Order: sequence, then structure tokens, then C-alpha cells
Amino acid sequence: MNAISLFGQSIRRVEDARFLRGEGRYVDDLAQPGALHAVFLRSPHAHARLLALDVAAARAAPGVHLVLTGAMLAEAGIGGLPCSSVLAAETPLVKPDHPPLALDRVRHVGEAVACVVAETAHQAEDAAELILAEYDMLPAVTEHDAALAPAAPQLHEEAPRNLAFLWHKGDRAAVKAAFAAAAHVVEADIPNPRVTCAPIEPRAAVAVPEASRLSLIVNGQNVHSMRNQLCAAMKLPPEALHLVVPDVGGGFGVKNVAFPEHVCLLHAARELGAPVRWTARIGEDYAASAHGRGLHGRGRLALDAEGRFLALDFDGVAEMGAYLSANGPHCPTNAAATAMGGVYAIPAIHMTVRGAFTNTAPMEAYRGAGKPEANYIIETLIEHAARATGQDAAALRARNMIGEFPYRSALGMELRDGNFAPRLKECAELADRAGFPARRAASEAKGKRRGFGLTAFLETARGAFGEWAKLSVSPEGDVTLAIGTQSNGQGHETSFPQYVAHQLDLPMERIRYVQADTDLVAFGNGHGGARSLHMGGEAMRQAAHNLLAEARGRAARLLQTAPDTLHYAGGRFALADGQSVTLAELAAEEPPLEGEARHALDLCTFPNGAHAAEVEVDPETGECTLCAYTAVDDYGRLLNPMLALGQVQGGVVQGIGQALLEAIRYDPESGQLLTAGLMDYCLPRASDLPSLDIALREDAPTEANGLGVKGTGQAGCIAAPQAVMAAIRDAVGAEITMPATPEKLWAALHGR
Amino acid sequence: MYDFAYHKPSSVADAVKLLAADPDAKAVSGGHTLLPALKHRLNKPSSLVDLSGIAEMRGVRREGNALIIGALTRHHEVANSEEVKSAIPALAYMAQHIGDQQVRNRGTLGGSVSNNDPAADYPAAVLGLGATIHTSKRKIAADDFFLGMFTTALEHDEILVAVEFPIPEKAGYAKMRNPASRYVMAGAFVSKGPKGVRVAINGAAACVFRQSEMEAALSSNWSADAVAGIKQPADDLNSDIHGSAEYRAHLVTVMAKRAVAAAG
Ligand SMILES: Cc1cc2nc3c(=O)[nH]c(=O)nc-3n(C[C@H](O)[C@H](O)[C@H](O)COP(=O)(O)OP(=O)(O)OC[C@H]3O[C@@H](n4cnc5c(N)ncnc54)[C@H](O)[C@@H]3O)c2cc1C
Repeated sequence: MNAISLFGQSIRRVEDARFLRGEGRYVDDLAQPGALHAVFLRSPHAHARLLALDVAAARAAPGVHLVLTGAMLAEAGIGGLPCSSVLAAETPLVKPDHPPLALDRVRHVGEAVACVVAETAHQAEDAAELILAEYDMLPAVTEHDAALAPAAPQLHEEAPRNLAFLWHKGDRAAVKAAFAAAAHVVEADIPNPRVTCAPIEPRAAVAVPEASRLSLIVNGQNVHSMRNQLCAAMKLPPEALHLVVPDVGGGFGVKNVAFPEHVCLLHAARELGAPVRWTARIGEDYAASAHGRGLHGRGRLALDAEGRFLALDFDGVAEMGAYLSANGPHCPTNAAATAMGGVYAIPAIHMTVRGAFTNTAPMEAYRGAGKPEANYIIETLIEHAARATGQDAAALRARNMIGEFPYRSALGMELRDGNFAPRLKECAELADRAGFPARRAASEAKGKRRGFGLTAFLETARGAFGEWAKLSVSPEGDVTLAIGTQSNGQGHETSFPQYVAHQLDLPMERIRYVQADTDLVAFGNGHGGARSLHMGGEAMRQAAHNLLAEARGRAARLLQTAPDTLHYAGGRFALADGQSVTLAELAAEEPPLEGEARHALDLCTFPNGAHAAEVEVDPETGECTLCAYTAVDDYGRLLNPMLALGQVQGGVVQGIGQALLEAIRYDPESGQLLTAGLMDYCLPRASDLPSLDIALREDAPTEANGLGVKGTGQAGCIAAPQAVMAAIRDAVGAEITMPATPEKLWAALHGR
Repeated sequence: MYDFAYHKPSSVADAVKLLAADPDAKAVSGGHTLLPALKHRLNKPSSLVDLSGIAEMRGVRREGNALIIGALTRHHEVANSEEVKSAIPALAYMAQHIGDQQVRNRGTLGGSVSNNDPAADYPAAVLGLGATIHTSKRKIAADDFFLGMFTTALEHDEILVAVEFPIPEKAGYAKMRNPASRYVMAGAFVSKGPKGVRVAINGAAACVFRQSEMEAALSSNWSADAVAGIKQPADDLNSDIHGSAEYRAHLVTVMAKRAVAAAG
């Protein structure tokens, strides 16, 4: 084995040389010269009947090759993209049809109505303006509570009162009994506003007709499930569709799924026999991709006289948007339930969630997908409980943290490892909680308010279960790793070869990395749910094991010895007398030399930790400065600590963004999108942030995979909102909802 | 973007001719406001008259008790001009805090003042210092120049050539930024000098305006305290997802106070 194990080394990202030199290859770079350009005509109305669509002038416009309408797609037998969420619901999930181009009704601003394909993007845009769409405006409803009210405008006939589903989980009777017997009950309205993933690269795709199939170059995160969705909509067998993903400029969930635009591009390419390209403008992505979060409701926590948690109840409404995106209904229900109650021992939990259709963009998974919402609920209630019972919030947390494992949560999760209470204590120390009163006094002397928040989080990481990997050795001794997970910026091109090199005791430079191509990857569950190193790592581990077992057998035959007499190191099987054979030689002798693994592992990992935020608020303007941010987290064993830290930092910043800045807003009257880009949708900038002080602990590795790793991808944004909001409430002494805008803080401080 | 013709004249006279000849032509300087609008197809000029080649519209010079700044002078140049920093430090400070570095390296004084975005910075300085606008046709006092949202006294074939800033005794600028766009939520540019005491408020309403009550108070007592108690009425102020009219009204007072404190 290597003198220094590669496992645990902070190896720098090999892909960065490419990215930093502007040599990344993104979808928009890959369209072949001469590819036609698609542009979408979109609904300007939140809700309307589409009475007529006259595309004659557009068809006749210069350079135009095709104008697609909903009717044409329907005629070609193309239907909507399916929603794959499965809910065990009391009122079953209604899955209304979502035609890729509107047929006779539009239900949100930005819904695609027609697709124009021309020689240049310019010509396509000009032609789109010539389309005459006649609308009969209908009243719109964009707010979830209003949508569920009796007199609300109805979106879908099959979903009376705009109810997409009514779902609940947990022991209602046990919760009721616990509340009845409680010494203290706290309750609060806990909205979690709709936000958007806002990857820097908008959605883009090129559809290419090939001899006997269609190919889609797309900036997705999950080629196999996107192919399934597209094949379902287009009634194609999987072999008729090839998906390949080049470099991707961020996804955060929204790129996990296929979109109506992809269907249109594929159909247009098929009809025209020519490649068709499309890159969304930012405004199109804000209005017509998908949004995330949007789970709002009332939480209640019951405590006994000593401050032990007895029961948690949540009754909420999940925004679904106008149509169901693939994972829309899953996130606020099944996914949220896995983390409900966070890191605390709560004997009884019950949650009820109603899904509401509104005249807004569909909802999809956004980094964390249900887990941020669940953690925010319990952590917010604990802050209330501490105030109501006059206890120190950290002490209250520590008293209730799960300390013995395995622990079975009231909603059925089996937690196996973690050191929750020590994390809280370490974070308080690292953040110098003891010194906070002095810092507060210094702020007050300047006329400012200062607040400190210390909260915890539990991530339940897995994503889709099961994964595949294959290692192939070339006669030159290079090893190609093909895997069904997918990087869209996380650095797998570095860390995965690092792990394989570690397993095979080879230099990293010998490992080639292949992902995200349905021709080269037999099976895979892509990106999502902080699953890649958990699921993919285990697949790589098994594939490496299989490869070495196969190679050892062959080496033994070649060297006329028993397999277990061979010593393996550095790509070479050797006998004590010095006779040896290399992997390269074995591959040359009898190709192919491969190790493949496909597992169906379905365990979760439980990343966790404690985060502290410290803020200063200017009472004159309400502006809030995040002065310090500290975290002590557990992600099991760390393969590449630098990349793990990068994931946590990015997640934390998105969580801070949600707490302080971000919200998708629609005008409640007109249903117009008010935050259609970065002029109005506020993303965190580097200058909004202090340096993040994040410590990672490796004292509780998981046994859920053979590597001992837990998912790092989502944790930061599951952890940060509650820490920042606790600090803000501490500073202003009032209940504040996300995002904590200056006006809200100013109003709270001035009793308005 | 729609198609347009492109001209790059080298004199003000030629530029004026091109604009006069075509009612749908538009001038462009730094393009940092106009080009995004074109890209979104919000504007459909038949031709663009690029002013950036006109040498006579560049540069900062002092003439008597005034600074004359050419319309093409970029925010970055104003922020870093020794002449501006010594004569009107508040103006350099204001320019240094427009947008971000890329914007300051492209955006121009003339473009900003002609555009009269309610949330822009320059109009507050121009009005707050009582500057005079030099155009291809005439000279216009700041008080007569800013007419309403994105509207000025400039005629279609009239080019803003330079702005003459009288050098004040004291001047200060304070603003609160819109967290998303970083344009102005509410700002105040205050000065005391040859044009009297002036308080110009930007960001808060449809157009930059003078706060006369504050001017009166500061005339008799130049101190932050003098304006601290003056409430800006919320009627007619902007109200949007970033801030209600009531909040902006409150910010006007806070920013005026801070601007006076900064002026010293
Ligand atoms: C990301 C971003 C952030 C920004 N943030 C801020 C900010 O915080 N504060 C702020 O004040 N501004 C901000 N700006 C605007 C920036 O300062 C602009 O550059 C400026 O407002 C316009 O100057 P310009 O030279 O780019 O004008 P252009 O875009 O070239 O022109 C703007 C308008 O003025 C007309 N025009 C231009 N020059 C003349 C002239 N000499 N005579 C007559 N008409 C003329 C044009 O026809 C056009 O209608 C921002 C811009 C961007 C892109």
C-alpha cells in the first residue's frame, strides 16, 4: 500500500485547472455549428384560458424551421413528464397532466406556450413575437393558504380546493396524550419561504438526432432518471434516448429532473432531423424551472416539568406550484419526516402536510429537500421553549439530545451514530459563547444590537438508494472508473479517483473518471440527497474489491500459485521469490480486466453538528451584519477534508442566504413574479459573510457504508438557517421570519 | 436584442446630427444601463450613437470655484481623481460606492445623469451640489433638469456634455443599498456652499428631490441633530418588496443625518 494513504488527504481539485482557465466544457459550448436555436414563448399571465394560438406569421418568419405548439405535441402522442413521488396519503396525491406546451390553459407566469426553432436565436426570438396568443384571464392565487380557502380560484378540476394531497405520519393519539399531560406547551407559526436554487449556469440542452435514436446533451444531475422521465413523456424505450452531461455550473436540486423544454427540443430535433439547442435566459429559469422549500405551518412542542421533550406536532401546508415536479410532493413529506425532531429524543411525533396547488412555478428538491424545513421547525420551537420556560437554550438542547445508539425515532428512522451533545459544547467553546456578553456590550456602546444563536442539525443523507460502479484496467495500466453518481461541481473528478487509487494502491494519475453518460454508465442514481460518496463510495469499494479478486485469480493462474500466496502492492501481484505480474499485464493477457459492482444499499447516514451565528443589527436601518459563524460537524471519516469543507461552506452560505436574503415573491393580485432575477432576488455575496470557522470531527464514523463516510453535500444549508435566525431573534428580542430583511428587523425594533 | 445600426462619431456636433436625423436613435456611453435593457428587448432603437469616441466629453478640470467633469468620465475616474478628492471629497466617495468595480469601470457620469434612474447615485450629487448641466445646446440648472422617473430636461437630439459642480464648503453622502440590486434604497446628498444649503434625496421616490424642511433646519443649524427629528412624509415614496414607503421615509431621515455627520 502507499506509504501515505490517499484516504484523508486534501488533494486539490484536478478539474479546477480547466475551470479556472475558462476551459470548462458546458452544454452551450458543445452545440455543433449549425445547430438550430429554440426559443420559448411563455405565458405572461398567472392563470388564463388559452383561446387561440396563431403561429402562421411566426412560421413564415425568416430563418424559422419549426413552431411547436401543445396541440402538435399531443398529436405526436407526447404527454407530460411524470411525477415520480409516491405518498402514502390520506387524500391521495393528485397528479394533474402537465403538457410540455400549454394546451388550453396556462397556470403560471412563464409556462411554455410555444417553441420556435430557427437558424439563429435572434430569428427565433423575432418570430416568437409574431405569435398571436389569445388569452381569457382567470383569477389567480399564488399564496398557499388562500389557495386552500373555499372560494379560491381552482387550478385543476381533479384537485378540488387545490388540494394536491393530505398526508400525515406518526402516532396522532400518542402525541395528543403527551400534549395533554405536558407541563409546558409552546407553539409557533413557522414559515419556510419559497426560494430558488439559482445555479450560475441556467438550464441548457442540445437535442441531436442520430441514426436510430435521439441524443440529449443536457446540464442535468441524473442522466438515468431524467431519461426515464423523458421516455415516459415521449413514449420511447430507453435505448431510443441517449443522455450525456458535460461540465455543469451548479444544480442544487433543480437540475435533477427533466423539464418540458427538453421534451420540445427532442421532438423538434426528431422532426427536423437537425440538432436543436437552447439555453435558458435567467428570467426563464426564475419563472419556469422550479423552486424549493415552501413548507409553512404551525409547530407545537410539549415538555415535561424538567424540560424533557414529550411530543412534537406539525401541521403545515406545502406549496406545490401549478404542476407537480418529479420530487415536489416527496420533499415536504417523506423526506422531511426523516429528520423531523432533529437530533433530539422525542417519544411522540406527528406531522400533517397538505399540498397546495397555486399559480406559481412547480416545486422541486433544493439542497436539503425537506431536511432544512424539519430541522428549522424543531430548532425554532426549542428557542421558544427556552424563552417560555426561562431556561438556557443550549442546556435545554443538551438535555434532550439523543445520546444512545441505535436510536429509533418516533417516525421510524434508525440513528446509529453521532456525538450530538459534545458537538454543541465544542461549538459553544469555539464560538466563544462565554465572551459574548462583552461583545454585546461593545456593540451596544456603539448603538447596535448584538445576538448569538447556537443550534444543532441532523441530516438524514442517502438520496436514491443503490448504486453502480465499474473499474476497467487497460493494457497500459490505466484504470477507468465509470460510476452512476454525478458531480456538477462537487469535485468527484478528484475525490473519486483518489479513493480508487487508494483502494488499488495506484497513483491517482492512472485513474480516468467517467460519469453522466447513459452509453458509458450502465446504471446510476446520479446526484441528490448527499448520496455520492456514501452510495458511490460503496460501489467503488465493492468494484475495487471485485477487480482485485478477479486479478488475483488470474495472477495466481499465470504464476502457478495459490491466490493467497500473492502479495499485492502498487498494481503488482508478487510472490516472495520476486516473481510478479502487474494489473496492466493481466489486462493485456486477457482483456477485459474489470471489476463491477451494483449494490442496493438503502441505509442513511446521519451527518450532524452544531452551528453558532453571531449578528449585529443596526437599529436605525434594520441592517444585519453576520459577524461570526462557527460550526463543529461530523461527517464520519473524511476522504478529502478540503473538498468536504468546501461542501459544508457552500451549504452554509446558501443557508445564510435563506435566513437573511432570499425569497421568491409573487404579486398576490396579478400573480406576476416579482423576483425574476438577481436585481430582486437577493443571493448572498462574499462581502455579506464573515470567514466561516468550521471544524470537522471524525470520531463517529458510520457503518452504513464500508468507507465510514457521511454525506456532506446538503448539511450546511440544513444547519445554517436556524443558527442565524436564533442570533437575530436574540439581537432584536422578537419573533422574525425568514428572510430577515432590514425592514422586518427595523419594524420589529420599532414596534410596528 | 433587436437589430440596430451603429455609429461612432468623433465630435459632439456629429453625434447631435445623427440623433437629429433619426427619432429612434439612441446615444450610448458606458452601455451599462442601455445594453442590459437591449438584451432584454425592453428597448428598440433603430441605431446607437456611441459617444465614447468624443474626446471633448472626457476629463476633469477645475475652473475657478467649480469642477467641470466631462460626461464620458467613468465612475472609477471620478472616484480616483485627485482633483475631485481634494475639491469635493463627497463626490469621489459617492462615485466610489456606485455598483461594483466592473460597473465603475464602464459607467459614466453622463449616462447616469441622463438616465435619471430613481435609485441611481449621481442624480443626488448633481442636485445636492446644485450643479449645472452643460449640454450640446445649453446650460441647465440641476433644479430644472430632473423631471421624473427616467425623465430629464434633455431633448432627443441633445447630448449631455459635462457637469459643472460648484465646490462646496461641506458636503456628505450616505445611502442604504437595496440588498439585492445594490442600487439605492434611500440616500441623501447634503451640501453647504455657494448654492446654499441643499439636501437631495434619492432612491426613496420616483425621482431625486430636495428636502426643503431639512434644508431650512440645516441652514440655521448645520448638525446631524438638526435633521434627526424631521420626518419625511411617506406619501408618494416608493413601495416595493424591498421596502415600504413608510420604511423608506424613515430611512430618508437616517441617511440625511448620516450625510450631515459625514460632511462634518
Ligand atoms: C450591475 C450594475 C449595478 C449598478 N449599480 C449602480 C448603482 O449602485 N448606482 C448607480 O447609480 N448606478 C448603478 N449602475 C448603473 C451604472 O452606473 C450605469 O452605468 C449608469 O447609470 C449609466 O451610465 P452608462 O455610461 O453606462 O450609460 P448608458 O447605458 O450608455 O446610457 C444610459 C442612458 O443614458 C443615455 N445617455 C448616455 N450618455 C448620454 C449623454 N452623454 N447624453 C445624453 N444621453 C446619454 C443613453 O441613451 C441611455 O438612455 C449599475 C449598473 C449595473 C449594470
